[in-house]
Amino acid sequence: MANSITDETMEYVGILAKLELTKEEKEQAKKDMGKMLDYIDKLNELDTAGAEPMSHVFSMNNVFRQDVVTNGDGREDMLKNAPEQKEGAFKVPKTVE
Amino acid sequence: MADWQIGRSRFEIGVKESLKQNTCAAIGEENSKNLAAVERSGGMSVLELNALELGKKIKSGEVTVLEAVEACLARIKEMEPTIHAYVTVVDEERAVERAKKVQAMIEEGALTSPLAGVPVAVKDNLCTKDLRTTCSSNILYNFVPPYTAEAVWNLEKAGAVILGKTNMDEFAMGSTTETSAFGVTRNPWNTEHVPGGSSGGSCAAVAAKECFYALGSDTGGSIRQPSSFCGVTGIKPTYGTVSRYGLIAYGSSLDQVGPIGKTVSDCAAVLEAVSSYDNKDSTSIPRKDLDFTSALVDDVKGMRIGIPRDYLGEGLDEEVRAAVLEAAGEMRQRGAVVEEFDLSLTEYAIPAYYVIASAEASSNLARFDGVKYGLRAKEYEGLHQMYKKSRSQGFGPEVKRRIMLGSFVLSSGYYDAYYLKALRTKALIKEAFDRAFAEYDMILGPAAPTTAPKLGESLRDPLKMYLGDIYTVAVNLAGLPAMTAPWGQDKQGLPVGLQLIGDCFQEKKIIRAAYTFEQIREGR
Amino acid sequence: MSRQYETVIGLEVHVELATKTKIFCGCSTEFGGAPNSHTCPVCMGMPGALPVLNRQVVEYALAVGLAANCQINQYCKFDRKNYFYPDNPQNYQISQLYLPICHDGWVEIETAGGTKRIGIHEIHMEEDAGKLIHDEWEDCSLVDFNRSGVPLIEIVSEPDMRNADEVLAYLDKLRMMIQYLGASDCKLQEGSMRADVNLSVREAGSPRLGTRTEMKNLNSFKAIARAIEGEKRRQIELIEEGKMVIQETRRWDDNKEYSYAMRSKEDAQDYRYFPDPDLMPVVISDEWIKEIRHRQPELQPEKMRRYQEEFRLPEYDAEILTSSKHMADVFEETVALCGKPKEVSNWLMVEAMRLLKEHEQDAQDMSFGPANLAKLIDLVDRGVVNRTVAKAVFEAIFARDVDPAAYVEEKGLKMVSDEGALRTVIEGVLEANPQSVADYRNGKEKAMGFLVGQTMRAMKGKADPSVVNKIVKELLTK
Repeated sequence: MANSITDETMEYVGILAKLELTKEEKEQAKKDMGKMLDYIDKLNELDTAGAEPMSHVFSMNNVFRQDVVTNGDGREDMLKNAPEQKEGAFKVPKTVE
Repeated sequence: MADWQIGRSRFEIGVKESLKQNTCAAIGEENSKNLAAVERSGGMSVLELNALELGKKIKSGEVTVLEAVEACLARIKEMEPTIHAYVTVVDEERAVERAKKVQAMIEEGALTSPLAGVPVAVKDNLCTKDLRTTCSSNILYNFVPPYTAEAVWNLEKAGAVILGKTNMDEFAMGSTTETSAFGVTRNPWNTEHVPGGSSGGSCAAVAAKECFYALGSDTGGSIRQPSSFCGVTGIKPTYGTVSRYGLIAYGSSLDQVGPIGKTVSDCAAVLEAVSSYDNKDSTSIPRKDLDFTSALVDDVKGMRIGIPRDYLGEGLDEEVRAAVLEAAGEMRQRGAVVEEFDLSLTEYAIPAYYVIASAEASSNLARFDGVKYGLRAKEYEGLHQMYKKSRSQGFGPEVKRRIMLGSFVLSSGYYDAYYLKALRTKALIKEAFDRAFAEYDMILGPAAPTTAPKLGESLRDPLKMYLGDIYTVAVNLAGLPAMTAPWGQDKQGLPVGLQLIGDCFQEKKIIRAAYTFEQIREGR
Repeated sequence: MSRQYETVIGLEVHVELATKTKIFCGCSTEFGGAPNSHTCPVCMGMPGALPVLNRQVVEYALAVGLAANCQINQYCKFDRKNYFYPDNPQNYQISQLYLPICHDGWVEIETAGGTKRIGIHEIHMEEDAGKLIHDEWEDCSLVDFNRSGVPLIEIVSEPDMRNADEVLAYLDKLRMMIQYLGASDCKLQEGSMRADVNLSVREAGSPRLGTRTEMKNLNSFKAIARAIEGEKRRQIELIEEGKMVIQETRRWDDNKEYSYAMRSKEDAQDYRYFPDPDLMPVVISDEWIKEIRHRQPELQPEKMRRYQEEFRLPEYDAEILTSSKHMADVFEETVALCGKPKEVSNWLMVEAMRLLKEHEQDAQDMSFGPANLAKLIDLVDRGVVNRTVAKAVFEAIFARDVDPAAYVEEKGLKMVSDEGALRTVIEGVLEANPQSVADYRNGKEKAMGFLVGQTMRAMKGKADPSVVNKIVKELLTK
């Protein structure tokens, strides 16, 4: 396998993605990711020097809305699914200051 | 009324999780016994109709909306222990209430759509107001959206009655519907096999007559491949044709909503109903050619059809190849010009697709963090542990795999090598299709390399599973319309599907060809 | 300190734009309101919700960019900046990294050190985050998404500043310019203008830049000045001790006058920017730029020049009056009503400035209407009140925007010019102060001033001074 994924990389990706894997999951994920990246490396066979990176297939642009208030008080609907709430706000563990 | 409240449904539906199936109870023969029992009870005849036929009978008063809905609910009760196509079925009481309301509106003349009163199943990644929407994920196990997806809202305006939300691969990541957090869905043709994915629940529900038609979504083949496995028809329209507002994003630049039905005509009619320019979706495209049913013409004379040689090469099941070539022969007989050609770059579509889709997914799925909705871990210490535990408990292995891959390819030092490289490859793939469509009206090929595999066979090797998307993902990268039309069965009795790919905005060409295929099949 | 050090400072200034609605949804940007009452699926990051760009945001960003002499990226895009924090509902912020709307501009500042150009590296558009409230009772935090999605522009300067004076002059310049454009009210205290300070030190004369830190949480001009001094000191100490300055984000604590690292092992500072697939590019035509330029209001330097020519005001007065858009607006509107530029200028320059200083307020905090100032000037002009009383009336206008005519009537402040009535009062004053009368008659002219003063006092300041003068003189020389 050309791409061997280190424990540090897995740790780092875990921080970025906010995922915590068990030891077994981590081992499996390392293998899977290595294999996937090997496969993705296939793209290197391709000369893409002349191609602009294409984000959107269609060249539409300037999709705007006008600066007009269209929404009323959405509070009740927005809070309906909150795992924890207090006084109309979403409750979360204390953020570090 | 607020922007986002436009999709407010006119009725409130209760939430009821469908029965979870633990064992494969009925297969094959036993299944047909069950069907026979229902038929004797008198509820079956309605279920044999397709959506447009039912719509006509409702309009003429031969069948009431309530009869149609009750027939579906009975069928669901009958089939779900085996098939498990639904994650959530609406409360009977609510469905009945809605049916009566729609019936009254039809009688008043307020609803004139050919689909008015026809019951529909909706993939569980489309938000439905007051009806639980889970994406088949634990992380959304209790999420009840305060708004309805634009595509679903368009159907409701046409008088559709929603039966429930269909099972899928978790967050549409998978090709078998086995990655669902709520149990697998079984292929109605053979319950030892998968229905395909990710819209496996929608396709199985249509095939098992648990609804008259369904909505699915397609990011890399998620409508076309399960349609092929389940012997139904499905369309993935040109990117931007159906609003993505309310579709829970997987790969935003690739996702499209589309219809799944028993016939080409049903799909064309449903696509006509769900397509719209939506100013809530910046990627929505204003089109004036949404009269897809006008393309239901049995005539392919002079049509130029190309079959990519790569689509018939290594990895393709012999029987599927034979089916494609046979279909090509039929087209030729009907006056179409059919040629094999080199599309090129086929093998690069999958790696490019997985980089782009995973990258977008890693960002799109960041919002599931236990703060605003969905699952929050019960025990944690501090903010970061709450994030990590909620997400690790909430997401299944396939979703985690793609989020990690996506985070990695976007991370510092790898962005150019992976992400930009994939976007450049996408540009080249689009060019290859442009060249092809300068020559041909349509591309014909298989929807998948094989017919439906057995349950449990695919997940063992994720990479192998990804390779099964070889004929479908390029279409999403290039934003093209494509559809699956059933074309017979293999020796095991499993359906084979053809894939028809059109140039951008050329849905009508592939609908016409698919309609012709359907006429040929029915004439046999 | 044996060695000489130079401080190198660049600023990242966030400005909340004065749009009615948020950048990507139709929710109001209005301040206040119950927590989460200005939210919708879009600015709450609900699954399936999609952003649509507010055109006005682009217009304001363009206006600021053009005023700051920037180049415009006529093809610009939005990118996602990915990081987890509870005030960030999608856990990515929609911003611009690869193709920001404006780049390579400059503004000119003036300090005691002279005139200097500060380069603008870029200006980009982005969305604001929600607000975290720390709940002391339960040891948790509460999230309010009302500010989530409020449009911001971030103005990134070149590292062209060398001291706090230059930084404050630069901020003042930006603030004035943006207020003139109407793009924001730029209130530091309320957070509609926020500045992060990037600072490094190097030995004087060194061509290489030192390692910089980024300081956040600077809520006033004074805090910024203190933070610059404090951070400079901290970095020099590190260097003198032979230690390394670490490139990091630090939070300024203005009470302790020290900055603290905001590091956490859970933050990778790897934002994985990529183009937002939910938004289409913005293409800015030459015509659009021309249109914005055409619509650009008169900015401060032009206004200052015009005041000198049109109203014949001294340069210094014109500068003070135009140093805030609001002050200039009050000035012009009042002049339009009363036609007395010199008078209006005097009131604003002297009395208004004095009161602002007393109350530690900015010119934009002046809340009275031009109509009442115009009326006051008219009252003085018509001799209804004298200048002393008028000052008291102005204070009332300044504080509560009172109608001066009604106020004068209510408080009985009308000037007394009636000779008969005044004569009686003055006779009493002279009788009570025989010594002063005698002094005057003995040639001490000053004594008359005292007697006039006593009369005014007896009249509670309401007497017409010219009439009082006339009668006092008349009675003394009798």
